[in-house]
Amino acid sequence: MASKTERKNRHAEDIKGAVRKAGKTLADIARDAGLSDSSTRLALRQPVPRANEAIAVFLNENVEDIWPEWFGENSDNADAGKASNVINQLEAKREEARLGGGQKRIDVQHAKGKLTARERVSVLLDQGSFEEFDTFVEHRCTDFGMDEVSFAGDGVVTGNGTINGRLVFIYAQDFTVFGGSLSETHAKKILKVMDMAMKAGAPVIGLGDSGGARIQEGVASLGGYADIFQQNVLASGVIPQISVIMGPSAGGAVYSPAITDFIFMVRDTSYMFVTGPDVVKTVTNEDVTQEELGGALTHTTKSSVADGAFDNDIETLMQMRRFFDFLPLNNKEKSPIRESFDAPDRLEESLDTLVPSNPNKPYDMHEVILKIVDEADFFETQPDHAKNIITGFGRVAGETIGIVANQPLVLAGFLDVNASKKAARFIRFCDCFSIPVVTFVDVPGFLPGTAQEYGGIIKHGGKLLYAYGEATVPKITIITRKAYGGAYDVMASKHLRGDLNFAWPSAEIAVMGASGAVEILFRKYKDNPEKIAQLTKDYEDKFANPFVAASKGFVDDVIMPHSTRKRIARGLKNLRNKELKNPWKKHGNIPL
Amino acid sequence: MFKKILIANRGEIACRIIASAKKMGVASVAVYSEADADARHVKMADEAVFIGPPAAAESYLVGEKIIAAALKTGAEAIHPGYGFLSENAGFLKEVEKAGLIFIGPGVEAITSMGDKIASKKLAAKAGVTTVPGYVGVIKDAKEAVKISKEIGFPVMIKASAGGGGKGMRIAESEMEVEEGFNASKSEAKSSFGDDRIFIEKYITQPRHIEIQVLGDKHGNVIYLAERECSIQRRHQKVVEEAPSSFLDDATRKAMGEQAVALAQAVGYHSAGTVEFIVDNDKNFYFLEMNTRLQVEHPVTELITGVDLVEEMLKVAYGDKLSIKQSQVKIKGWAFETRVYAEDPFRGFLPSIGRLTRYVTPPENKNVRVDTGVYEGAEISMFYDPMIAKLITYGASRDEAIAEMRKALDAYYIRGISHNIPFLSAVMAHPRMRSGDISTSFIAEEYPDGFEGGHWSDDVKTAMLACSTYVNAMIEIRNNNAYGKADGHGFDADGHWTVRVDGERTPVHINMQDGGGEIKIGKKSITIRSQWMPGQPVFDGFIDGVHRFIEVDKLASGFCLTSDGVSKNFIVLRPEIAELYKYIKPKVKADTSNLLLCPMPGLVVSVAVSVGDEVKAGQALAIVEAMKMENILRAEKDATIKAVLAKTGDSLAVDDVIIEFES
Repeated sequence: MASKTERKNRHAEDIKGAVRKAGKTLADIARDAGLSDSSTRLALRQPVPRANEAIAVFLNENVEDIWPEWFGENSDNADAGKASNVINQLEAKREEARLGGGQKRIDVQHAKGKLTARERVSVLLDQGSFEEFDTFVEHRCTDFGMDEVSFAGDGVVTGNGTINGRLVFIYAQDFTVFGGSLSETHAKKILKVMDMAMKAGAPVIGLGDSGGARIQEGVASLGGYADIFQQNVLASGVIPQISVIMGPSAGGAVYSPAITDFIFMVRDTSYMFVTGPDVVKTVTNEDVTQEELGGALTHTTKSSVADGAFDNDIETLMQMRRFFDFLPLNNKEKSPIRESFDAPDRLEESLDTLVPSNPNKPYDMHEVILKIVDEADFFETQPDHAKNIITGFGRVAGETIGIVANQPLVLAGFLDVNASKKAARFIRFCDCFSIPVVTFVDVPGFLPGTAQEYGGIIKHGGKLLYAYGEATVPKITIITRKAYGGAYDVMASKHLRGDLNFAWPSAEIAVMGASGAVEILFRKYKDNPEKIAQLTKDYEDKFANPFVAASKGFVDDVIMPHSTRKRIARGLKNLRNKELKNPWKKHGNIPL
Repeated sequence: MFKKILIANRGEIACRIIASAKKMGVASVAVYSEADADARHVKMADEAVFIGPPAAAESYLVGEKIIAAALKTGAEAIHPGYGFLSENAGFLKEVEKAGLIFIGPGVEAITSMGDKIASKKLAAKAGVTTVPGYVGVIKDAKEAVKISKEIGFPVMIKASAGGGGKGMRIAESEMEVEEGFNASKSEAKSSFGDDRIFIEKYITQPRHIEIQVLGDKHGNVIYLAERECSIQRRHQKVVEEAPSSFLDDATRKAMGEQAVALAQAVGYHSAGTVEFIVDNDKNFYFLEMNTRLQVEHPVTELITGVDLVEEMLKVAYGDKLSIKQSQVKIKGWAFETRVYAEDPFRGFLPSIGRLTRYVTPPENKNVRVDTGVYEGAEISMFYDPMIAKLITYGASRDEAIAEMRKALDAYYIRGISHNIPFLSAVMAHPRMRSGDISTSFIAEEYPDGFEGGHWSDDVKTAMLACSTYVNAMIEIRNNNAYGKADGHGFDADGHWTVRVDGERTPVHINMQDGGGEIKIGKKSITIRSQWMPGQPVFDGFIDGVHRFIEVDKLASGFCLTSDGVSKNFIVLRPEIAELYKYIKPKVKADTSNLLLCPMPGLVVSVAVSVGDEVKAGQALAIVEAMKMENILRAEKDATIKAVLAKTGDSLAVDDVIIEFES
């Protein structure tokens, strides 16, 4: 029996022979396998799993059968071996920077079920597309012993890359370096990518995982925050800004995400609050956990601070890739178009039976959305907050659309404070970035009651009205059932410059429901139930259909539910080059 | 021939009958209740008449309404289908009194075969083998014991008027006979208002095999071979086949001739079925005769080429049978599976709701779908949960099974729970495939309920390959967007890792035109498919085997379903999949302190209040679903912390009813 080493050597010779026979060099193979030049060079100096895999594939062998050490030992003659001193030094520095706050802290991060900043970047961006900036930036603080500790990168990884081929700028805070705390230089790095993103016209995604301000730096750190806030404000409406909270985000740190377009969180490992549980306890004597105060559940259901939450780091970042695909890169671009295999004229016969004949019976508006968008792919924002209105992104014929829809399944689809705020902000995002808005209407009105009035439904409802009225993007509206009262006006009606307003045969466009209307109009008959019933029926006959509105031109057509997708697709195509401008103004004054 | 007939039924059978009527140029009239206004049978028929509220007792079971509908529309005859009024002699008399024709047998046949004791006596007289037993009314438990000893144990105690397993008991000893007799008697009294009991020998490991007969009004009766319906769950047939893999020609002939003799004895002139049980030694015993068209009639149609509904219409009109016994030939093999709106993973509880997606397998000479519903239809709580029947044909039994497995995989239903995963698992079962079946098959093979099909190496490999391919197709498409950075190229070829059940499998793919070459370990698998992102069913060849695999996109990855197995797949680049080692699995919410609603339904009552101490097994609440009252019981001793539902609440699956102290 040959010894293990002998067997390995023989195998190595076999592989070398095979490679030679194929007339290739190891570098060729590595390159063919899609390894970048720098990793190829690296691979030639030391064993790298990907390089071994490349050989395995090339030779049609199992990876385990490739002797790892062989790759390294036998490549001394490779050109990379002659690297100059500086290059060696560069590699060493890079290696060091890649380790962030060191292996020990990385292990702690992993033990929490969290990935490191660099791992996160590798999941978020296309393979090998990351270009890093400011790898070697270090902090300049000398107080409180800070002059003795310093890490390359200073707690944040910044740069650019692509997601499915489209440019994006990113920053990822590194909790392993000073707890991801924000120093003056850390802030400068973030500002640099934001500035570059605005110039290049590409979105910024921030992966937050930071304990807060670098306390040792004092006001310098605070200044850093404010600079970022200001840059967020300037970038707002120019490029999409997305915040992903993947660890703590407390105090002043929350205000950068707050003014970005979307916030997403990771369940159980992220939280956001202005003041933590300890301070809360001191000030208000409330006992509350971090999770209750500012966990993903709190912010996706109660506070509406977050637009979505996912189970873990990997899923969150994969979802960010999916989400990013819906967005245009900047405010000068049109809504993006992606290849689609779903026929734009697809008919959905089943929608004809969706709306129940009983007007008080609910149905799930999600079904309409899922059946009209491409491939039933709908990215819902704030799915767990104000469920009486649905907002999110889909595509029709490959083009991204924003969808706003009343949900009869929850609160009968009434508009309330939360629903108005949720939809208004969503519509304004779509309008900023030229994403057409498709609205499905089944709304019995604004929700009555003291809770709503005291909550300021007048002004909050006004936000929705303002957002629709101000929007110049293509607006297509489909009334599926009820469109009552002021809520009819608000929900992208023809009067608010709706481009195409369709009604299903089940649509009822009226000031209010028949029984309510008759009660007010014919109070004198209130003791005559037969008369009331007759009048109610008369009112229903007159208004419980789309024809009165159609006769006035308030709806452009009455369409069969099954042809909804086809009609939307056609409308979007016709409106692709829509031109509409609001009067010049510094900015409008939405009722905030 | 009739110019117009009325179909006094609903669902798939009404559609089935209308189809034959159409083929024959006979106009059809449907009847429908409030719940069925948009039903498929209503859309298919030439005319439709509304007959009242959803409850069958107020619509489909009201003879006068149906006769009035026939008279109003000028229908000459009424086809009752199965169930409802199909074996109701009183209705038949009324139909004839109104001057209409009943498409079925005569009053005498229905009456005599409707009573278990009378039918048995008649069968014995006609020379049909019956199960050894006492044919007659038994006075008391003492007499029952005596008779049982004469027959020999085990014995079956049955209610004369019984059906659906009610008033039926198996007794292995004298003591059990005594107990069982009294229990059956009181149950029969309360269920049927008729406490007559009889006893017969209990056949162990029996097979349920039945003979299809067909008679005309000119005295001709033929038999159309047999159907085996041994795969049953609680006396409900689930899978049927024709012919039976168990019978030889001699037994088939003997059974057929006895069935014909019985039919002739009662002057049978329609389609009917004589049911037998067959023991291990091929001894067969008469069970009962069903004087109607059976649910499972299509398997007979596929192997004999006879349209049974067409024949029923012809003989009802007075024509002679169009075939003679000598012309009946069996060709090939057929299977039928019954598609139920019930959740096999939750004890087969009925499921109601909207069919948001309903795509039937492509029909061809080997695949037939008898469906009563369509995409967008509502499954209501008022009727039988069977929504369709899937029938497949093959030259051999193996081929028919393969066709069935494929067709089940292609049957895409969403919006409600359904039993297709269970049917797939049964069809894939080695015992099923070898024909080693009996009426206790399901009880033996799934004693603790159903938890999903067998995740065999074969299915696993196919799904791993499919997931790799599907992911590559999606990735390629995702990288084809307007606004790409210059020079961005994407190549799906290379290494990936498939993550399923927390397990990571390295794979490698080379995409080709219309398919791909996938490597899993040393195995190399070829895929040919026209699948495109967004399609709900992958239809393609995996290593030369034609397969359908359902693909449901999830937020992360997708769920693949095939052969009764559903698994969530995520396909990632190896270095990213590797990072999963750091991800902590989510701890499932602890629901042991909660009483959850097991099915959508209405709270009839809650029997406890906050602070009550309850014992394991104690009734806590009653939820009504599909007209059935389900008693929810405590699983362990506990104290009630909160009651979250009240009488009259309408609950969804998993809504919390009661919270217990922990």
